[in-house]
Amino acid sequence: MAKKTLRTLIGATLLAAAGLAQGDEPRVVAVTQIVEHPALDAVYQGVRDELAEEGFTEGENLKIIHESAQGNAAIASQIARKFVGEGPDAIVAIATPSAQTMAAAARNIPVIFSAVTDPVGAKLVKSLEAPGANITGVTDMLPIERHIDLLERLVPDAKTIGTVYNPGEANAVALVDLLEERLQARGLTLAKAAATKTSEVLGAARSLVGKADAIYLTTDNTVISAAEAVVSVGERAKIPVFAADTATVSRGAVAALGFDYYDHGRQTGNMVARVLNGANPGEMPVESVDTLNLFVNPAAAERMGITLSDDVLNDAQEIVKSDK
Amino acid sequence: MLSDIALYGAIETGLIYGLVAFGIYLSFRVLDFPDLTVDGSFPLGAAVAAMLILAGWNPWIATGAAILAGMAAGAVTALLNVKLNILNLLASILTMIALYSVNLRIMGRPNVALLTEETVLTPWYDLGLAYHQVPVVLFVIVVLVSLILLWRFMKSETGLAMRATGANARMARAQGIATGGMIVLGVALSNGLVGLAGALFAQSQGAADVTMGVGVIVIGLASLIGGEAVITPSTVIRALIACVAGAIIYRLAIAFALNAEFLGLQSQDLNLITAVLVTLAIVLPGVRTSVAAKLTRNKA
Repeated sequence: MAKKTLRTLIGATLLAAAGLAQGDEPRVVAVTQIVEHPALDAVYQGVRDELAEEGFTEGENLKIIHESAQGNAAIASQIARKFVGEGPDAIVAIATPSAQTMAAAARNIPVIFSAVTDPVGAKLVKSLEAPGANITGVTDMLPIERHIDLLERLVPDAKTIGTVYNPGEANAVALVDLLEERLQARGLTLAKAAATKTSEVLGAARSLVGKADAIYLTTDNTVISAAEAVVSVGERAKIPVFAADTATVSRGAVAALGFDYYDHGRQTGNMVARVLNGANPGEMPVESVDTLNLFVNPAAAERMGITLSDDVLNDAQEIVKSDK
Repeated sequence: MLSDIALYGAIETGLIYGLVAFGIYLSFRVLDFPDLTVDGSFPLGAAVAAMLILAGWNPWIATGAAILAGMAAGAVTALLNVKLNILNLLASILTMIALYSVNLRIMGRPNVALLTEETVLTPWYDLGLAYHQVPVVLFVIVVLVSLILLWRFMKSETGLAMRATGANARMARAQGIATGGMIVLGVALSNGLVGLAGALFAQSQGAADVTMGVGVIVIGLASLIGGEAVITPSTVIRALIACVAGAIIYRLAIAFALNAEFLGLQSQDLNLITAVLVTLAIVLPGVRTSVAAKLTRNKA
């Protein structure tokens, strides 16, 4: 009898110790990113800040491992294996190639993707509403309809919208296809100019002169890297240039109704926190960015031959002053 | 320190790049033909295999088609060189650039996902092995078969003629060898192997991406030279084994670098480390020979 009590007591102590150890052990979040550039780095920063706000403090109850594949597919694959082998509590995969590689390697570990434009097309999830397996995340699909609304409001007589894009970038191609479809539905046409490298952006933008009444740039990495080239063409040929991301407005675009990749990262971090608190990723619908801000640049508008009305200026969250 | 999964992952990627190193051995070592086509034929193999798998083809036949596509790309490079007299390096750069557009045309978009498709790996998962061991087992078989076929080819009459072409083209011509044909065949075979590697990589990674060829030539060269530093390539079989060994060692080094937080190393540093390693591997054997030469001269 005494023996039995003793055994129970030891068992209970061990269990309690195990419970304590688990409580003390920091949660591990591994972040893989295909390449380093400002938008994707901002996502990573957003994830960290949001986790901190949700009560996961680095160095105390949270450990973050971060690796970048520098655009190399084979290294991305090895990063994925490293993470799966270490068995973290959650994995964040930033951008489409990293997310696909992670999806191929991870079976049971929750994966939360970020900065993926078309998660269904990339076969990461079965549907946006019910991802199903161990993967969910935040898509950076642009609110194209609202962007076209803005274009129609700012340049009402535009018939042809021009865009410069890189046909080698998955996200950009998905967006341009969607843009073309939605413009056609409203009786507008899209004039496309391809640039496979930043050095080709200027020539591509020039080819739109005489064809396009306005230029709209999606979140294409190649083109946004060389946005100034498009802006200079817009100024010389008096074609207003609009962007999908707000950062380009301070670089000379007329306006953008966009989101910040930092906020995108915050939203991703929020999903990670929910997974760490026990939520099942397969039951969490894919989220899209919810905060949109209107940025306008009146000086740029003037240089490109249009005037921003007072009600547009009133609607803007930020009026960029660039005098050059 | 290195988990099982990371270890098997490194061997898996190493085996795939072993095929790339075979290809680079053929062009660079046997034929003395610096061939940058591989940066395009790797994603070409991936693209062809991915599209055919999506079209419902048997994944092995799709992989075979990827080999043929890679061979065609290599043949184009070689013909530019042999028939149009374009410098070999430039000819390969032209094909590489053209392949970027070709690959986009084949896929119709920059990224084609295979995550839910049946691949050459799918049936092997039923064997009861751990998930991360399956690709290693299958790729060991593929690499072994390729190695044996290549070895036998190099010992055949055609193989000997090809080696003679690379060693001394003028002498080979004097012996009645059609050196132009040998270059076309060799560069085609080389890129066929790279196309095979691309097809397998896409199937194990779950996607073909138009950017996945970036740097394949450098990594292939690093594997080849690293392997030669470990196993002296005195015979063909040793040279081929060195290719696979070098590719796996390179991948293990990266896996360790990814785990070497204590050294302050990060994946961001890998490109620099690769460049340093390749430079050392190229320079060191030369230093060793010149030191040896000095020593013997002093003795005399």
